[in-house]
Amino acid sequence: MTETSTKKLQINHLLGMENVSEEDITLMLDTGMSFREVLERPIKKVPTLNGKTIVNLFFETSTRTRIAFELAERRLSADVVNFAASGSSVSKGETFKDTVQNIEAMKIDMIVVRHSSSGVPKFLTEISNATIINAGDGAHEHPTQALLDMMTLREKFGTLKNLRVCIIGDISHSRVALSNIYGLKTMGAIVSICGPKTMIPKHIEKLGVKVFHHIEDVIPNVDALNVLRIQRERLSANLFPSNEEYNKYFGITKKRLEKSTKPITILHPGPINRDVEISSDVADSEHSLILHQVLNGVAVRMGILFLLGTKTKTN
Amino acid sequence: MSKNYLFQNAHIIDPITNKDEITSLLVENGAIKKIAKKISFDKNTVVINCDGIILTSGFCDMHVHLREPGFEHKETILTGLTSAANGGFTAVCCMPNTNPPIDSATVVEYVKSQAKKFPAVDLFVIATASKERKGNELSPIAELCESEVVGLSDDGNPVENADLVRRILEYASMYDLTFIQHCEDKSLSKNGVINEGFVSTTLGTYGIPEIAETTMLQRDLQILEYVGGKYHAAHLSTKKSVEIMRIAKKKKLNATCEVTPHHFTLTDEAVRSFNTNTKMNPPLRTKEDINAILKGLQDETIDVIASDHAPHSFDEKEVEFSYSPFGIVGLETTIGICVTYLIEKKILSWNELVKKLSVNPRKILSLPEIKIEVGENANFTLIDTNKNWTVDKTQFKSKSNNTPFHNLKLKGKPFGIFNNGIFIENK
Amino acid sequence: MGKKQNERIMKTKIIDSKTFTRILNRLAHEIIEKNRGAENLAIVGIRTRGEYLSKRIAKTIFEIEQIPLLTGALDITLYRDDLSQLDKPILQGTEIPFDVTNKKLILVDDVLFTGRTIRSALNEIVDLGRPQNIQLAVFVDRGHRELPIEPNFIGTKIPTQKSDDIQVMMKEIDSEDGVYII
Repeated sequence: MTETSTKKLQINHLLGMENVSEEDITLMLDTGMSFREVLERPIKKVPTLNGKTIVNLFFETSTRTRIAFELAERRLSADVVNFAASGSSVSKGETFKDTVQNIEAMKIDMIVVRHSSSGVPKFLTEISNATIINAGDGAHEHPTQALLDMMTLREKFGTLKNLRVCIIGDISHSRVALSNIYGLKTMGAIVSICGPKTMIPKHIEKLGVKVFHHIEDVIPNVDALNVLRIQRERLSANLFPSNEEYNKYFGITKKRLEKSTKPITILHPGPINRDVEISSDVADSEHSLILHQVLNGVAVRMGILFLLGTKTKTN
Repeated sequence: MSKNYLFQNAHIIDPITNKDEITSLLVENGAIKKIAKKISFDKNTVVINCDGIILTSGFCDMHVHLREPGFEHKETILTGLTSAANGGFTAVCCMPNTNPPIDSATVVEYVKSQAKKFPAVDLFVIATASKERKGNELSPIAELCESEVVGLSDDGNPVENADLVRRILEYASMYDLTFIQHCEDKSLSKNGVINEGFVSTTLGTYGIPEIAETTMLQRDLQILEYVGGKYHAAHLSTKKSVEIMRIAKKKKLNATCEVTPHHFTLTDEAVRSFNTNTKMNPPLRTKEDINAILKGLQDETIDVIASDHAPHSFDEKEVEFSYSPFGIVGLETTIGICVTYLIEKKILSWNELVKKLSVNPRKILSLPEIKIEVGENANFTLIDTNKNWTVDKTQFKSKSNNTPFHNLKLKGKPFGIFNNGIFIENK
Repeated sequence: MGKKQNERIMKTKIIDSKTFTRILNRLAHEIIEKNRGAENLAIVGIRTRGEYLSKRIAKTIFEIEQIPLLTGALDITLYRDDLSQLDKPILQGTEIPFDVTNKKLILVDDVLFTGRTIRSALNEIVDLGRPQNIQLAVFVDRGHRELPIEPNFIGTKIPTQKSDDIQVMMKEIDSEDGVYII
């Protein structure tokens, strides 16, 4: 007989990390770790979500996140349908709401959604009965990325409490940054951000993070760096003068990291722009957990799908 | 033959003739026949008991979008005017961002012909300031003046080109027309959808900074100071804008401004729900901005309250937040909000409120003055000051119901309007 | 298992701690006897109490045969057929730190009832590898099978009503060793 426990996920959908409790985050991370064992098995598939149908609703192109979700879903034996639409659904002549309600009419249980407009996962909960998982909405949140980052850090350091983490790059346009800030703060980590002033949103310090504009000020006082990808299109928006200048003043290089007395752990949500935000000697170093993040990405998503997918709906 | 109306025991407030008293008023053939405590009447007279009702000079909403021609699925002139009547307005001024835009005598004539379907509410037309509302060339201002438009604006868009602003002010001043500017520097607002601030940061939503509004306002006022003319800033939303206007008024510039009810009641915190009915341009700002606006209303820095009634159909608003159009309806909630948030909270007196909703907009646009005096045309707004009610968007007369105020409890409700010999009771 | 709160629960001890140990020792002996020693044996318990039972049996076997058994714990949550009816599935994780292939695998659980838990466990083990054989040891067989599953080693048989609840208690996590019927 399996022991019943009082542990239960409080959330019914995973829309973001804001307002997710420490207990819920811990449960998701613990469950993610349990699935790491499943990923080591010769048969990496369990029948848990047999009979559940999950739709991956991607309105914005994504390779990694979608593959990680799809693998996680298939390894839990769910039936998986992929729906990809580029740009605005309105431009296709069908509204987002119609699209969703059409899909829902086919009897589905969960929707994993990515969209360029912030707030779409929340909107989905209003127009659909399915369980919603946010796979990235605008520059708002990307909770599963934050959970896999936290899982990776917790695995390395044992705890997130008082862990000093700095997120580096374009914070204004980053859902990864925001979800990490919310999640890490809830878990008791000490979070700072660093980037050119043009890439730091107004009033972000109200979230309880310290803001830096010079990498040199950060490096002596952190345990881990989460290096964000620099998007090419930000160049035309005048957020920084050139890739070269960004690399020169904000790029994470081995030489810069040597300023720290102890090794600093490196995370990156991928895909990497080598020699823009991070140099190869750092990305490929022993302190880089970038590939480990990818592994944890599948495990933690299996955990989230398991926890939400097996949750009885309370009416 | 039109009926006679007796408004019994109404609280008459008229800032122009300095009336503030409870008395009765008889209307015969659409004109005020008698004002007295006791008025005898015959059987042809409709008697309206006005206990607890304020009767004031008819309200004029100088900033509404009636969508016709071109966007009749959102609103028509008929539904818009019906909505205005239900909201307690006897006059509205419609913005020219229609399709085609109101930039020629032909379109003005068309709009006016449609307004004849609903004679209880006067429709005044604001024409585009630039040709096709494109912000490049002057619209035919003299011709438009001849068609009796009351103002010029590219509202929905700013006139960004500084030289064009100068030319509009110069040219329009020959015809005593006011230029109404939608202050927004698009290079600053870019793809913003809500106020740039802490909320936009936490929602990961692109922000519209206050400087998008203030820099253009400041620039325009400098141009105004240099060339003269009549300038009116539409829907100001920030504390800084109020400060800028205060200085302009001190300098005695011919500049006026308006605010909307939503900008002095809601903050960007309301956007946290991602409800598209909290998305408007300018966006909802912060508590600090609200306080500055309230102060500006009190010290007469802000001349006018206008709804910026911007109907959009349900389907257009029921989309992803960033794809939703900007704007909300306002005609049928303005009075309730003004009474609840300005009168009840002692921000404004009734006399001051009537100035902002009736006297000042008419003055700014050089519309005929309304007096509650024997011999004058009867043009009234009636308000049930003690009525507690709850906003129910399904009851709106407007064709659209995109409001953030659904289910809001308010005190003070329009009771009815009287204009052009017609009495319309609020439903 | 409808354990209703606020209702007076009748709890009868049917096996005390001394009997409990005797039964465990007998199970260990039977396993050795059946397998003619402890060569190539591995023992896996189903979480939660099956795991502790399996560890005690392994310890006894070691005392008798001086051969340390490979031990592991199985969490069958991911293989259950009633997941969506459960209020709060909780994952403790499977820990089998050896390759099950070609092992003689003793699967241990505390109570054998409908057989569904064992079905889930067998499925999970098969996904982990290919043991030479799987033998089932249970502490209590209370009947009412819903699947064709029979244990190789039985601690004790207790006839029950379907609505009864059998509780196996173990010192490792409970206050004592013993079996109760509720």
